[in-house]
Amino acid sequence: MRAMTERAAFPVQVRLFARYAELLGATLVTVRLRAGGTVADVVDGVRALPGGGALPERMLVARGVEQVRYDQAVSADDELALLPPMAGG
Amino acid sequence: MAYLVSEPVTIDVLIAAVLSPERGAVATFLGTVRNHHLGRAVLELAYEAYAPMAEAECARIVAEAESRWPVRIALQHRIGRLQVGDVAVAIAAGSGHRAESFDACRYVIEELKSRVPIWKRERYADGSEAWVDPTAPGGTMPTTVRTTE
Repeated sequence: MRAMTERAAFPVQVRLFARYAELLGATLVTVRLRAGGTVADVVDGVRALPGGGALPERMLVARGVEQVRYDQAVSADDELALLPPMAGG
Repeated sequence: MAYLVSEPVTIDVLIAAVLSPERGAVATFLGTVRNHHLGRAVLELAYEAYAPMAEAECARIVAEAESRWPVRIALQHRIGRLQVGDVAVAIAAGSGHRAESFDACRYVIEELKSRVPIWKRERYADGSEAWVDPTAPGGTMPTTVRTTE
């Protein structure tokens, strides 16, 4: 069973910016997600990484170039990004 | 024309992009680097962006404004290190009459500030630095990495 679960899991790349990148010391991290996993699962995965505990529980998340909700499904080809509060202008 | 630029922004270029014989009203907005933020003296700042998404979001905002009002919009936001007084963002809105130009210009800057993934790191006269965070109680969040000079 464990082997099957491992096969069903896939890597998801997550981009980090600004203060979030500083907290984790990286601008790109990879988390493993089970088939059927959601944006919320990816966020949990990033928050479990070293330094990730300082990230807020609720963050803006983008898939590609659009924001996504926490309950949306994530597939192997998706590239997610955690977005700190916008401060342009 | 890219919405994000690393070179100085020139409003004349944006005005020229929205001028036409049938547009008799051009409203412009310039956001420049202030020398103070929440009581602290700002020396300089650095903008960082998630460029592909920022470009896409700017395009969506411009399209929204141009569908809501009979206007043509030109928009640029500078990225990188800026000094006090530098232009960070510039908008030109051209239309037949002033009301639409003012309304569309205001719409674009307000939407940009809330939707476009751009972040601002300020460096203060006392040597400290902070990320501007409009959602934080004090308006900023501390940095964990110092900029190397």
